[in-house]
Amino acid sequence: MEFTFALSVGVLTTAGIYLMLRAQTFPVILGLTLLSYAVNLFLFASGRLTVNGAAIVGHSEQLADPLPQALVLTAIVIGFAMTAFILILAIRARADLGNDHVDGRELPPERSAIEEALADRIEKNTAAHKAQHNKSHSRHKRKQS
Amino acid sequence: MSVLWILLLPMAGILLPVLFARAGRTVTAWLTALMPALALALLLQQAPDVFAGTVPVYSAPWVPLLGLQLSLHLDGLAFLFCLLILGIGLLIILYARYYLSEEDNMGLFYTYLLFFMVAMLGVVLSSNLLQLWLFWELTSISSFLLISFWWHKSEARKGARMALTVTGFGGLALLGALLLIGHVTGTYELREVLTMGHVLRNSEYYPAILALFLLGAFTKSAQFPFQFWLPHAMAAPTPVSAYLHSATMVKAGVFLLARFYPVLAGTDAWFVAVSLTGMATMLVGAYIALFKHDLKGLLAYSTVSHLGLITLLLGLGTDLAAVAAVFHIINHAVFKASLFMAAGIIDHESGTRDMRKLNGLWKYMPWTATLAMVAASSMAGVPLLNGFLSKEMLFSETLHQSTLGALSWWIPLLATAGGAFAVAYSLRFMHDVFFNGEPIDLPRTPHEPPRYMRVPVEVLVVLCLLVGVFPQFMVGDILDTASMAVLQSTLPQYSLAVWHGFNFPLLMSAMAIVGGLTLYINRRHLFDFQVQFADRDAKHVFEGMVQRLIAGVTRLHQWLDDGSLQRSMFLLILLALLVSAAPLFELVNTVGRHPQLPINWVVGFCAALMIAATFVTLWWSHLRLVALIALSVVGLIVSIAFAYFSAPDLALTQLSVEVVTILLFLLALFFLPQKSPTIDSKLTIIVRDFSVAALFGSVVGTICYAMLTRPLDTISDFFVANSKPGGGGTNVVNVILVDFRGFDTLGEITVLGIAALGIYKLLAQMLVSMPSADSKGYRWSKERHPFLLAVVSQSLLPLALLVSAYIFLRGHNMPGGGFIAGLITAIALIQQYVAHGVVWMKERMPINYLGLIASGLLIATLSGLGSWAFGHHFLTTWFDHFHLPLVGEFELASAMVFDFGVYLTVIGATLLILANLGKLTTSERLQAGDN
Repeated sequence: MEFTFALSVGVLTTAGIYLMLRAQTFPVILGLTLLSYAVNLFLFASGRLTVNGAAIVGHSEQLADPLPQALVLTAIVIGFAMTAFILILAIRARADLGNDHVDGRELPPERSAIEEALADRIEKNTAAHKAQHNKSHSRHKRKQS
Repeated sequence: MSVLWILLLPMAGILLPVLFARAGRTVTAWLTALMPALALALLLQQAPDVFAGTVPVYSAPWVPLLGLQLSLHLDGLAFLFCLLILGIGLLIILYARYYLSEEDNMGLFYTYLLFFMVAMLGVVLSSNLLQLWLFWELTSISSFLLISFWWHKSEARKGARMALTVTGFGGLALLGALLLIGHVTGTYELREVLTMGHVLRNSEYYPAILALFLLGAFTKSAQFPFQFWLPHAMAAPTPVSAYLHSATMVKAGVFLLARFYPVLAGTDAWFVAVSLTGMATMLVGAYIALFKHDLKGLLAYSTVSHLGLITLLLGLGTDLAAVAAVFHIINHAVFKASLFMAAGIIDHESGTRDMRKLNGLWKYMPWTATLAMVAASSMAGVPLLNGFLSKEMLFSETLHQSTLGALSWWIPLLATAGGAFAVAYSLRFMHDVFFNGEPIDLPRTPHEPPRYMRVPVEVLVVLCLLVGVFPQFMVGDILDTASMAVLQSTLPQYSLAVWHGFNFPLLMSAMAIVGGLTLYINRRHLFDFQVQFADRDAKHVFEGMVQRLIAGVTRLHQWLDDGSLQRSMFLLILLALLVSAAPLFELVNTVGRHPQLPINWVVGFCAALMIAATFVTLWWSHLRLVALIALSVVGLIVSIAFAYFSAPDLALTQLSVEVVTILLFLLALFFLPQKSPTIDSKLTIIVRDFSVAALFGSVVGTICYAMLTRPLDTISDFFVANSKPGGGGTNVVNVILVDFRGFDTLGEITVLGIAALGIYKLLAQMLVSMPSADSKGYRWSKERHPFLLAVVSQSLLPLALLVSAYIFLRGHNMPGGGFIAGLITAIALIQQYVAHGVVWMKERMPINYLGLIASGLLIATLSGLGSWAFGHHFLTTWFDHFHLPLVGEFELASAMVFDFGVYLTVIGATLLILANLGKLTTSERLQAGDN
């Protein structure tokens, strides 16, 4: 049982940290959430694992350690506040900067599908125009020689 | 008690000048002088006692745990310095009244001056090491303010910065020395420390103590090689220079040397370090002073030289040398203050301090010239003036040295050479300024200063003469008591007579005077010689060093943090990995001896599901909705794990938080791009990141496993044992939250409230782009609020509220409580928002969520404060059992009120966040100024 628990904590940490290193805000927040699961489980584990021993006086012979539980309970609520804050921050960053990169750089805003298509068409036109121009130019050259 | 008042009176007067600056310049000066004058009167009233050998003390606890006491004592040394600080301070106040121009902010100047005066008084009166250090630092800060008083001038700013940097650095070293002294002697009380000289000198820390201590003293007293800051502090107004560099600031260093003389002196290390530094400073200062064309520059280097002389005397280590040092402290303060003030008068009345222009001023200001020349003669050590006496004592002491063995004759020789240079620069001050032809195009035609501007100079010059002619009558008593305080033993035999007959010291004096005359007459050759050396401006060197340091730190900072969050995060994780992995190499057995639980297939399945869900989140993180769904599976299993491993409170909390979090994520996703770029980084970076993440995960997993398999050593038995009798509840987790560690919880809900407020502020007036279609291009459904959902959720609302009330009430004894109940209520209400929309809810539930948070916090705090009314500590709970017909026996606890505050705050915060985010899509969206 202990091994499975530790394995889960390790996997959660791995996934959390990997996602925290991404460049977009949303995966980073997902990573933070995963990492806070891992941290909460880890802290909880400091009271060791007990089955059927809820920390209620008179409930059973061997009680689980209540102190880590109390600490983790507040950690969960604070973790929620942090996640909420950082999510809103991400929304705000996107609203103000026009993109969701973690570094908050003022990149050009993402283009909508229509803009994308328009830009594409302009690019094609220019390329075609250039090709035409080059062709006539080279023809001209040849004449000269 | 009167010792305390000597310090408190000037302290009380600090703000007077700045408050009454409008009352006119003369009134301001009088007001400023009032408190120091009272303190001086009080001091003089103590004089008979102090001279009789009693030491008035005052002591009160301050921070006893740190060994910090407010303790003051007025021994001979402190008395002498108080007299100098207050006496010369009063003269400076009078002088500054005439020196400062209309444009200067006089009130502020006097306030800084008094601040500095208080700091100095604190240093000399303190008899607690830490308190002494505190005032020591205050002198650095207040002198910074004074030196930079003309802050519009670049050199004033630079000079002040240099002084602060050097003395601040010294102050840090001094703190180290004082802490070590406290560590070795076991006390921070100066009077106890002073009796433990042998302990300190034999301690293994003695070299470190001495080095740090001397660093502190030498930087303050501008000893070689730290002398460079003092001349640049001359950018200050002249009254400041006259005060700081004659009687106070730079004397603090030699004061410190004298103060700790009984415990630190007497070793070879002390002799070598202190006397050689003093000698070097004396010679370097005297030599450079001769070549300065700036009047104040000359005086500055002469100050450096004289401080070196005092240091040299203290370094020699003989009792008579210490007496001479104390005597020279008095003499130097008197003549140097008057010289600075005279220089200020010359500057003030002629518009320049350049000695190449200033010539023949005798004709224009004969009276000032006479005063300045008497003071300068005293500086040179001319007989019948006070400077002569202490210099004579120095010469006689240097003759009795044998520490340098056969080369001991160097000491008197070098001392005489220093004396000769002192005569030469004093001559230059007299001859070059007041005679030597006519002034060369001065900005103003010089004339005598206002009557009262000259009074302070007159007083001090008369003192020079009186001490020089009647030394025993003038300073006999004070010199005796101060020297006794320095030596902490019986006084040596000495005589303060003017005439000791024809002897060797007199010959040395004569040689110094003749040598000085020769040097001055041949000064052209010396000047030509000196010109060959490049004159490096210490200010540029220092500023260059500061600039290089800043550039270096900036480069380091830019390397560590180049504005990329990913990079900083990566470095941070790498560091954490190193720190947490290192101890694991020491751990021999990963598995401990704690009995392990057997695994069953349910647990195995859940773990497998969670790991799978984690990998789905990871793998499809670019498909954000998919990743979110997988994430909610992980959260669900975490709460199941809590439930399985005997933590029902945690399970309930995690479950309800999970619901709220995922709702929030969904809402947020609406405003964020629906997809990440499929490949957001290069493959190498992905591999690198994943490797580090996997390493970190394995380290954390290993630590977790090692911890889980080791026996438990917990402090929880106390909580379990006292939960029912002390807190009145059987649910230990809840009793810990609302009772044992209630203060933590109060802080925690405050943080929750602040986070919600921050979000509220971020959301106000935000410009968001709302997608009109989802990622595949489908438009949103026309039916905004499905009828079925609306009906079901509306009928579920009373039930949900009932459940939350039940969970809240039983929380003290069974799993539940304010946090969980609050979350359940919040979810029930959010459900209505989802089903009916913001407009519908706003009509039916006009609740101010900000007010809800505030009232929750207020209730929780008041329930804690309530225990004060019954004479208990903050957040002490009360409970009792009652019996009601029909209901039966039930319990009331004040903790429940606290928990109700928690409940309200949680609801307020959760709804403030979610409802306001939800409103963004509607016409009800948050504008600045509403909620």
